[in-house]
Amino acid sequence: MKIRHTFSALAAAALLGLGSAQVAAADSIKVGTFLAVTGGASFLGDPELKTLQMYVDEVNAKGGVDGRMVELVHYDTGGRAKDAVKFAKRLIQKDKVDVIVGGSTSGSTLAVMPLVEKSRIPFISFAGAVKIIHPVQKWTFKTPHTDAMAAAKIFGDMQRRGITKVALISGSGGFGKSGRGQSLQLATQYGIKIVADESYGAKDTDMTAQLTKIRDTDAQAILNFGFGSGPAIVTKNVRQLGIELPLYQSHGVASKKYIELAGDAAEGVRLPAAALLVADQLPDSDPQKAVLLAYKSKFEAAHGPVSTFGGHAYDGLFIALEAIDRANSLDKEKVRDEIEKTNGFIGTAGIFNMSPSDHLGLGIDAFKMLEIRNGDWTIVR
Amino acid sequence: MSYLRGFYLLLAVALLLPIAFPGSYYVTVVGVTAALNAILAVSLNLLMGYAGQISLGHAGFFGVGAYASAILTTRYGWNPWPAIVAGMAATGVIAFTLARPILRLKGHYLAMATLGMGIIINIVLVQAGSFTGGPDGLGGIPTLSLFGWRVNSDLRWYIVIVSVLLVVVWISLNIINSRSGRALRALHGSEVAAEMMGIDTGATKTQVFVLAALIASLAGSLFAYQQAFVSPDSFSFFFSIELVTMVVLGGMASTYGAILGAVILTFLPELLVVFEDYEVMIFGAILMLMMIFLPQGLFVGLQGLVRRVLRAKQGSERGAA
Repeated sequence: MKIRHTFSALAAAALLGLGSAQVAAADSIKVGTFLAVTGGASFLGDPELKTLQMYVDEVNAKGGVDGRMVELVHYDTGGRAKDAVKFAKRLIQKDKVDVIVGGSTSGSTLAVMPLVEKSRIPFISFAGAVKIIHPVQKWTFKTPHTDAMAAAKIFGDMQRRGITKVALISGSGGFGKSGRGQSLQLATQYGIKIVADESYGAKDTDMTAQLTKIRDTDAQAILNFGFGSGPAIVTKNVRQLGIELPLYQSHGVASKKYIELAGDAAEGVRLPAAALLVADQLPDSDPQKAVLLAYKSKFEAAHGPVSTFGGHAYDGLFIALEAIDRANSLDKEKVRDEIEKTNGFIGTAGIFNMSPSDHLGLGIDAFKMLEIRNGDWTIVR
Repeated sequence: MSYLRGFYLLLAVALLLPIAFPGSYYVTVVGVTAALNAILAVSLNLLMGYAGQISLGHAGFFGVGAYASAILTTRYGWNPWPAIVAGMAATGVIAFTLARPILRLKGHYLAMATLGMGIIINIVLVQAGSFTGGPDGLGGIPTLSLFGWRVNSDLRWYIVIVSVLLVVVWISLNIINSRSGRALRALHGSEVAAEMMGIDTGATKTQVFVLAALIASLAGSLFAYQQAFVSPDSFSFFFSIELVTMVVLGGMASTYGAILGAVILTFLPELLVVFEDYEVMIFGAILMLMMIFLPQGLFVGLQGLVRRVLRAKQGSERGAA
């Protein structure tokens, strides 16, 4: 499933009278992307693709980058790592794109990284895992926060509340497993002891057994790493068992769906999330506010409720386009260097300051600690 | 030897393709994937097409080979070659242990048992995170090298994987035209009759099951080195189904049919990509039409068609004379 924007690029070029359409097409910037638009991870790929299409059209309508039109070449991986490699190869060898953005899941990003490094093409991933940027690979960058940052943010908040003993419960999928590993590793740095370490399967419908075990420990708080329906069930079960401990969730549940599923049980739950969810509540002095509100209103006008995942695509696309603009060329080496020099880029996930040793460029302050009150997000100050 | 005629043709095509289309994406990238799938399809065809034992878990053995090579080279610093052998040994042991109880079953029960085996292997790959890297997979796998000749470009991978395919095809053809090949086909026809003829059906089934698993394991190792990355979803139940489809589509009990099936199923999605959202629909429609009009499979069906046409021509010539 490929969507070419040549047509809209040409139409825009003709409209703006930028000379012969053929010249514009020949000089166009080819942005390749492979996303999980269908399949289990479609909640990631779908808003990502919509965001990319929306902004490529907008950039072209405004005359492109330095008069060059942007052409988006897209393939749907269905979330399969093998297809991701196949399409990445196709983008590089057949479509000869200038830069690749995408790779909705950590699995598909990690799968294409050997190919990207060998082919020497700039690649900005929209996936979460720390492994993508640690250790740093020359050609690979990413825009979403890592699970390690989420764990650090949560533990920081716990520390402020004087919590030292935490019960961990995590999903057995990739996200939950990675989050669990990072939590176990980071806890001691914050003087926190993990007193229980439970897990549940992706399709489990009841977690009271694990939570009963947790109730019998001397934990002062419960931390749940996971996404999908699991965390909502954990939240409900916690309240059903009458456990009064503070409950922390990860950024994996940062969507309205979670509040809908968990209902009243979600009251008081805390989680780290990107500022996009609470854009309206940010003070006007926040430099991110204007960018967030602009993205949010544009996306919601066209496609319905905004999610942070589409935001990662916005960040990736514009980091790439601005780097090409600065490099003033499509030379891959130069574009890569410019991406690495991204400084003070205000995106939806935070303010990016990349460097040779940091191919993400977000600080832990890019996360806001939120609490659910009256069925909506509130920033914890 | 007449049964090797097709083999020489295949060899010639394999040699000519990269020369006729140098640097072509469809030869060195899609072609390599097709060749790898063909290795798997040919091995599955030995079991399914000739011996008549269905397996819905072939991707499991493919996965064991891939992960054995991935883990041994990245975590224990092994040289890639002994890692391939170790992977095959491990797969062989697993296949041999499972063969006796599993192959006692027939029909749907055999399908269910092999299906379960494939799924269990996949679950182990996902859950044994400390070894296999869990659902995120395992990266940084070194590439193969042969006396200083590093397999590090698409063309070199074409040479390696197509060579292995040719060897596997040659082995497959020789087996089928040997005593054990005839035993396999007898087994397919009627197990009781085969036993009456003095064939040890249990041992024969085990042998072909283990052989198919070994070839799948070898393909898995090559896949791991080629991709430099493995993750469990490449070895899922769906891939097993895809392999079965390749064999059935090409034509059961035909080595070339299995190759044709693999080539078609690899190239079709690649070519249909231009139809965007309708890709899956058109893909399904093509498969359905092929199975309706050529129910014995593409290769076997086309062969029959050609033969019928020739015979009709001969018949009319004779009539004229």
